Amino acid sequence: MGFLDTLLGRTKPVQPKLDDLFALPSAAITLQASTGFVPTGSGSVCFRSVEGKTFSDIESEVRDLLNMDAGKPGGGLPVEVTKDSYGYTWLVSSHLSDELDALVTDLHAVNSALVDNGFGPQLLCTLVAFRDERERRLALVYLYKRGTFYPFAPLSGKERDNALEIQVKNALGDDLKIEQDLTRWFPVWGAPGV
Amino acid sequence: MARTRYAPDRGLTVRMTVTMFLLGLVFVAFVAAIIGILTAVHASGAAIVLFALIFGGGSAIASLFYSDKIALSAAGAKVVTPQEAPELHAIVDRLCALADMDKPRVAIAPTRMPNAFATGRNSKNSVLCVTEGLMDHSSLTPEEKEGVLAHELSHVAHKDVQVMTVASLLAIVAGLLVRFAFYSELFGGGRRSANNNQGGIPVVLIIMAVSVVVYAVSFLLIRVLSRYRELAADRSGALLTGQPSALASALVKVSQGMSRIPNEDLRAAEPLNAFYFAPAMKLTRGGGGGGRNGGGGGPSLSQLFSTHPSLEKRLEQLAKIQRELGQPTPGGLSAGPGE
Repeated sequence: MGFLDTLLGRTKPVQPKLDDLFALPSAAITLQASTGFVPTGSGSVCFRSVEGKTFSDIESEVRDLLNMDAGKPGGGLPVEVTKDSYGYTWLVSSHLSDELDALVTDLHAVNSALVDNGFGPQLLCTLVAFRDERERRLALVYLYKRGTFYPFAPLSGKERDNALEIQVKNALGDDLKIEQDLTRWFPVWGAPGV
Repeated sequence: MARTRYAPDRGLTVRMTVTMFLLGLVFVAFVAAIIGILTAVHASGAAIVLFALIFGGGSAIASLFYSDKIALSAAGAKVVTPQEAPELHAIVDRLCALADMDKPRVAIAPTRMPNAFATGRNSKNSVLCVTEGLMDHSSLTPEEKEGVLAHELSHVAHKDVQVMTVASLLAIVAGLLVRFAFYSELFGGGRRSANNNQGGIPVVLIIMAVSVVVYAVSFLLIRVLSRYRELAADRSGALLTGQPSALASALVKVSQGMSRIPNEDLRAAEPLNAFYFAPAMKLTRGGGGGGRNGGGGGPSLSQLFSTHPSLEKRLEQLAKIQRELGQPTPGGLSAGPGE
């Protein structure tokens, strides 16, 4: 925030950074090579809904758009919409494990629909889920406002596998912009699709 | 191209600019008057003025540096870890990620009335404190809690503690001058009157009179500024969550809760008023039922001295934001790149 904005008590809502998301497919290959985690094919976009009909109209348009290809080859399953206990909406898109490109395209469609209609600042994060052969869960979380990723590895209960998270961070350092400020690696317990 | 629905509120910007300009003007006039008086009578009061500046500046810097500790201990609050208050931390985490700001420390105060405040000299050292009453599940819905927290985070983002400290510096110095001048007149008046008494009125008395006026005017201006800062925080908070009506209903609930709480609680909370989400004590006869006594007449005396805008003003602004957010996208909805 600039000096003038501080003086006048204004915050400019932060616009999301979208482009870094496209680095995911190639990073997934690195991740598999170094840690054995493979994408589950499911990913989600999380945003804070705005009250009123305008926003809910946009929400349903996006859903329809993503569902147009559902069932066709490469089109994935119909999107799932859930609302978490904090009031955030999650759009979950599910594809086959090797269709990460299509998944990222879907996620990007949601992003650009919100941005084009002026609701870009409402985007919180995007999650892409991974598993290894021991069925350990891992998600890469993309923070829209910073354009950075961080790993989130939930264990049973409300605990995180910090060692695995650090391992993934080091493995992906060259492929993705990793969030360096660890205080921003907030836990997304109960995120759908992880 | 990204469109924005979040145009700044010009009216609020203009009013805040004018207030700050007036504060600056009073400051300049004050310094000019003091220098003018001193040169006209060839000094002697300089030491007092210097003292007031050093003491006033010192205490302002100290209060800025210790604002978080002072406020926390005054509220009896304790900083909590994510393990101790997972729900509260989760809301703050998400809001900070939405707003792309550093996460402040989070504290809980053992008070039953639902309220919250944020303080601290910069984003690294700020602390956001909520009362136990606010976290109580029966008091506010999750959306309303989120609205309150977004309002407080906006205070942090707007650096309101720094802005208000600088703004009150003038009033502090003027207040100290009155006191110092008074004491020096009491104890040392006789010595000085020998060489200054051409016109009959001692210099110190003139400085005192000027200071009283400056103190009164700047006090009122600071209160005006404080009310605008509250409106600005309401606005940014509502835009951050996208839920102006949740913030509005939280405001109504918190203000109504105020009027039902016993007096000891209110008096204990009163020194913290300027920081709080809603003021803990009201000067009006109408009390907490702010919704009913709106409308008619000019601004009442209590409004003039209040650190917070009236409930009606705050609700009115939130209703306006709600309309702005609900406006259809110009040129119709556009859904994604794949038409």
